[in-house]
Amino acid sequence: HFYDTHLWPQRSSGACTRKTSESQASGLPEYIKIVEVGPRDGLQNEKVIVPTDIKIELINRLSKTGLPAIEVTSFVSSKWVPQMADHKEVMRGIERHPGVQYPVLTPNLQGFHSAIAAGATEVSVFGAASESFSKMNINCSIEESIEKFEEIAKSARNMDIPVRGYVSCALGCPYEGNIIPAKVAEVSKRLYSMGCYEISLGDTIGVGTPGSMKRMLEAVMKEIPLSALAVHCHDTYGQALANILTAIQMGVAVVDSSVAGLGGCPYAKGATGNVATEDVIYMLNGLGINTGVDLYTVMETGNFICTALNKKTNSKVAQASFNTGTIH
Amino acid sequence: MAAARGLLSRWAVSLRPVSAAAAAGAFPKRVKVVEVGPRDGLQNEKNVVPTAVKINLINMLSETGLQVIEATSFVSPKWVPQMADHTEVMQGINKLPGISYPVLTPNLKGFQAAVAAGAKEVSIFGAASELFTKKNINCSIEESLERFDEVMAAARAASIPVRGYVSCVLGCPYEGKISAAKVAEVSKKMYSMGCYEISLGDTIGIGTPGSMKEMLTAVMKEVPVGALAVHCHDTYGQALANILVALQMGVSVVDASVAGLGGCPYAQGASGNVATEDLVYMLNGLGIHTGVDLQKLMDTGTFICNALNRRTNSKVSQASCRL
Repeated sequence: HFYDTHLWPQRSSGACTRKTSESQASGLPEYIKIVEVGPRDGLQNEKVIVPTDIKIELINRLSKTGLPAIEVTSFVSSKWVPQMADHKEVMRGIERHPGVQYPVLTPNLQGFHSAIAAGATEVSVFGAASESFSKMNINCSIEESIEKFEEIAKSARNMDIPVRGYVSCALGCPYEGNIIPAKVAEVSKRLYSMGCYEISLGDTIGVGTPGSMKRMLEAVMKEIPLSALAVHCHDTYGQALANILTAIQMGVAVVDSSVAGLGGCPYAKGATGNVATEDVIYMLNGLGINTGVDLYTVMETGNFICTALNKKTNSKVAQASFNTGTIH
Repeated sequence: MAAARGLLSRWAVSLRPVSAAAAAGAFPKRVKVVEVGPRDGLQNEKNVVPTAVKINLINMLSETGLQVIEATSFVSPKWVPQMADHTEVMQGINKLPGISYPVLTPNLKGFQAAVAAGAKEVSIFGAASELFTKKNINCSIEESLERFDEVMAAARAASIPVRGYVSCVLGCPYEGKISAAKVAEVSKKMYSMGCYEISLGDTIGIGTPGSMKEMLTAVMKEVPVGALAVHCHDTYGQALANILVALQMGVSVVDASVAGLGGCPYAQGASGNVATEDLVYMLNGLGIHTGVDLQKLMDTGTFICNALNRRTNSKVSQASCRL
């Protein structure tokens, strides 16, 4: 069937290898690492509290798709984020597949120690390019938050634990509006200098366009090597794939996404949030870029979690595929 | 949080095009947006829309700054019930100066009816897939284009510009993969017949920036880029990324449908046309001039969605909705 071979080139012999030379010829990366944030960023922004065993099954299924990194949970106080209250149980309950990273969020040193005790082998810290956002979200200035992260980075270094840094509001802030690229570069540099191996630049409210993405990346690339950069685009204004394309045209080779596009936008009621992993993979497959991820298995996983959440998928690829009867 | 929402809803509107100097050098400075909502959009909506609503929709679109609004289709109501009121719509709309209101004409009879009803521009449809043509209009591509010879001759005699559409340029629901060479061949034929512009349609939205680039590279060998347009469907969420690549290659005419009206007849429940609001939002962010007022466009989208009793397919609209 046409859709079968088109959607899943890995299943038709030779299709993927032929296309690899296409990506080389076009100047795009040959390989892109996809960081799956559905279980953390996705579920955190879903209204329905998901039982621990469902979370564990979601992550176990994602582990079988070929995804190289899956953000598992957040060691934050359950008072602030009830959805992540079961962080220890989830961390201890998941299967750990070799070759797959399972980072967790750690907002402070206490969370970091708790994460390590629960078996975490990689952590993430969240900064922002906006003072207002930093104040409203974690009740301190950017500088104060950086100081907290430096404590974590120091402990992490002593224990050989890699740390990923996030910069929120990279293309705009729900409170301040426009964010200047120089500020994003400055915060990114602070996180990179303290030892974060990768900086994920987040368009937190999805307002960015290829224009602002390009300007922001140009500024950040002056301070951080390209290989240490990732983009985390929200699809709230439908711009995510165009923004991601722009980033990969500039050489970025790490992209964050969320299975089934889980996670709405807390700043625009009813609007969407994370870009759907399925839609990203579809685009990358079409560009001949290798991800190591099997689109079909991701779609099945998306179907699983949407059924559990009793909601429709936000992935257009999944919507189109289920409705042509290609998935059973 | 309320302050944040307020800011967000104003965001889309306040996003004026940045200066040309700040925009990426590879893009066109201006893009002509061809609004296909009233025809392609409504044609693929289940609910039949009353004539008065169609007329109001087109009139509202005429106030947004759009320069081209595809008004209706002079096709037999037996085939397309939604377009049965083509004559009333054509005669009922306000035709503002500087705005073009093209209509579809599948044959000479439709062309004559269109001109009699006041049409000043028409469109004809071809396809890059033999099987699609056979299933759709029961003849070969060659035969379908021959049928248009009469329309082209009549249009030439009446000084009526003709736009040509090529369907299935990035894939066909029956044949699967479509060769870029075939798309180039059909486009060249239609351009030689006298079409002033060729709109290349990803009919089932299956294309990606990779296949878009490959297809355009082939077509641009046969048709000047200034005469090309892209008509992307968002069924797989790829539309804006595909449009971005087309712009980077020099295409400066893009079709879109207000509120993303029009589902996909080949994938039940899936979306079809790319939403004009989302396209304009992206073009504004790139500093590309369109002349379109995004707020007025969103208001028009709200109107037609209420009339159709459906949610908008435009993400910009969803994010900006009044709370």
